[in-house]
Amino acid sequence: MPLTTYRDALNQALREEMRRDPEVFLMGEEVGVYQGAYKVSRGLLEEFGPNRVVDTPITELGFTGVGVGAAMVGLRPIIEVMTWNFALLALDQIVNAAAKMRYMSGGQVGVPMVIRGPGGAALQLAGQHSQAFEAYYAHIPGLKVVAPATPYDAKGLLKSAIRDDDPVIFIEGEMLYNLKGEVPEEEYLVPIGQAEVKRAGDQVTLVCHSKTVAVALKAAEELVGLGVEAEVVDLRTIRPLDTATIFASVRKTHRCVVIEEGWPFAGVGAQTVDEIQRELFDELDAPVLRVTGADVPMPYNKYLERAAKADPPKVVAAVKKVMYLE
Amino acid sequence: MATKVLMEALSPTMEEGRLVEWKKKEGDPVAAGDVLAEVETDKAVMDLVARVGGTLLKQVIAAGTTVPVSALVGVIGKAGEDISALLEGQRGGGAEGQKPAKSAPAPAIAPTAPATGAVAPTPAAPATSASSDRLKASPLARKVATDRGIDLRAIQGSGPEGRIVLRDLATAAPMAAAAPSSSLPFRPSGAAYTDVPLTQLRKTIAKRLATSIGPVPTFYLTAEIDMERAWEAREALKALGPEGKISFNDIVVKGVALALRQHPACNAWWQDDRIRYWNEVHVSMAVAVEDGLITPVIRHADLKSLRQISAESKDLAGRARERKLKPEEYTGGTFSVSNLGMFEIDQFTAIINPPEAGILAIGAIVEQPAVVDGAVAVRRRMRVTLSCDHRVIDGATGAAFLRTLKTLLENPLAMVW
Repeated sequence: MPLTTYRDALNQALREEMRRDPEVFLMGEEVGVYQGAYKVSRGLLEEFGPNRVVDTPITELGFTGVGVGAAMVGLRPIIEVMTWNFALLALDQIVNAAAKMRYMSGGQVGVPMVIRGPGGAALQLAGQHSQAFEAYYAHIPGLKVVAPATPYDAKGLLKSAIRDDDPVIFIEGEMLYNLKGEVPEEEYLVPIGQAEVKRAGDQVTLVCHSKTVAVALKAAEELVGLGVEAEVVDLRTIRPLDTATIFASVRKTHRCVVIEEGWPFAGVGAQTVDEIQRELFDELDAPVLRVTGADVPMPYNKYLERAAKADPPKVVAAVKKVMYLE
Repeated sequence: MATKVLMEALSPTMEEGRLVEWKKKEGDPVAAGDVLAEVETDKAVMDLVARVGGTLLKQVIAAGTTVPVSALVGVIGKAGEDISALLEGQRGGGAEGQKPAKSAPAPAIAPTAPATGAVAPTPAAPATSASSDRLKASPLARKVATDRGIDLRAIQGSGPEGRIVLRDLATAAPMAAAAPSSSLPFRPSGAAYTDVPLTQLRKTIAKRLATSIGPVPTFYLTAEIDMERAWEAREALKALGPEGKISFNDIVVKGVALALRQHPACNAWWQDDRIRYWNEVHVSMAVAVEDGLITPVIRHADLKSLRQISAESKDLAGRARERKLKPEEYTGGTFSVSNLGMFEIDQFTAIINPPEAGILAIGAIVEQPAVVDGAVAVRRRMRVTLSCDHRVIDGATGAAFLRTLKTLLENPLAMVW
């Protein structure tokens, strides 16, 4: 199987879906002539032309609204936000229009739209440009939220998102674009709403998604040295949450640590822990612990930034606690 | 900073305590955990323990003095420390301390002395705090213990604050294995008891009977039990040597416990709005002490061998007479036995010890003519009388329990079968 970058896997997904369905089009800042701020849309303007690869002004609320309108009348827009930090400006269209249209029209009008772009922190981009917003969007009924960790999942999930008849928030990772992984040449889809066990183990479950999958896998390697076999569950989709996969793993391990890049309060992990304690109370041998980003705006200082991020040592420390190893 | 030593609540019902004897003199160094004094509570003589280390600077009350719970009894601090302000600040409290225990309970945390503020508030750690007594186990450990019939109270937890976690169960033996004699119908159910709300019928029975006879409407059932075989069994065990020496009381306790296991309706507490049916059998055993009686409890008596019951009963009775029982050793029984056989009493009625619903009064074993296989023979016979709280136990229920007890005692082999 050829090794492909996360960036190129996304590019393949866009290209394949635009070839398959003429109603699919891409719109956003610098997606055309510049071929995307992160080069995800490389070559698409050349192949599909300016009617289907549309450069917009710096007007997030405006072009997201155009996307909602286009979706309502039958097109399948893909809106690229340069980063999810900028999409804060489009929240009204996302939350009040896209998410609610099907419900408030009594099921008459859906919004088959994908909004995609990089989320989370890169390096030293400071407080306003280093934010993981999965929990924000997962909070809203009517939105699906996807955050793939590998090139394979990125391609398969983006194709599923484009074919989905409801709005999908597709959160990529800026630090993941150069990640290489196996991507098959033949067509495939990764269904929305399915987590995946990225590493099998039977002593503790590490629930993670997006960039923290790598953090969890690294921690799991270190834990082998302590005689602990960790199972790594990659959520892949935040909403709808695949509780069945989480529960099956925790039923086996009886201990769980939930890891996420975002802030702790009302985070993805908070929801996950809630589901686990309600369904698996009698299976737990220890409280479920969380490893999250620090509860502060991301510091610019690189040492402080490092300290504020969820990393393998923090995961190992949490695992030791739930295993009663210290 | 000096720390106050307060009279602690050393039993669940203690309102005041008498300082029997100081174990440390003024000027003695003390470490946290050292016994400072012996205190007589309403139930027993207990140790008053130092909560902090230092020097015992002052014995505020003399031996023999009775003060309410939370009253100042001593001061611990650094040698030579000036504690006059502390004692000054407490003077009013000291006088108050001599008041009858009916006055409002003093705060658990001593107030700092006014003005000087030289006193460290004592983080009072009452000996019997409900939260620290609570058994801590992870939900999984509880589930596994239930599935495997393991008694969690017998296990030392290795988790934070003594929490019992899965790995602590690895070496634990199931209760059934520890007690082969419990082959009578018995399923460990996890919960120690089951609360059953009162039905209207039970409510009416309770109300009408209580109106008739008093707050605990009691009725009595007497049976005469042939103790020949129990006698033989006891003699046979004696032949094993000193450790084989058990009392008839031990045999009756064992029989009662096994019969209760078969008749859970008699192993219950009256709880006003519901009846608490215990899934565990804890037999209270009335023991006469110098100026009254106390009922130490043989826990899980149904799961224990005669030898265990005998050893425990000797130990508990001995310490009961010395008034050295800890509160948890004389509370929590689910049924009582009272034996006046040694006083050659043939038969008597015992008074129920609420909230328990039954008590068995045991008379002397007397040689009597009895009809055996159609012929009159001299047999050793024993009369027992069951006092039943009619709100919980009906006549037929109590009678069925007594019949089982009779069968067990007349065929002691059935108790180990």
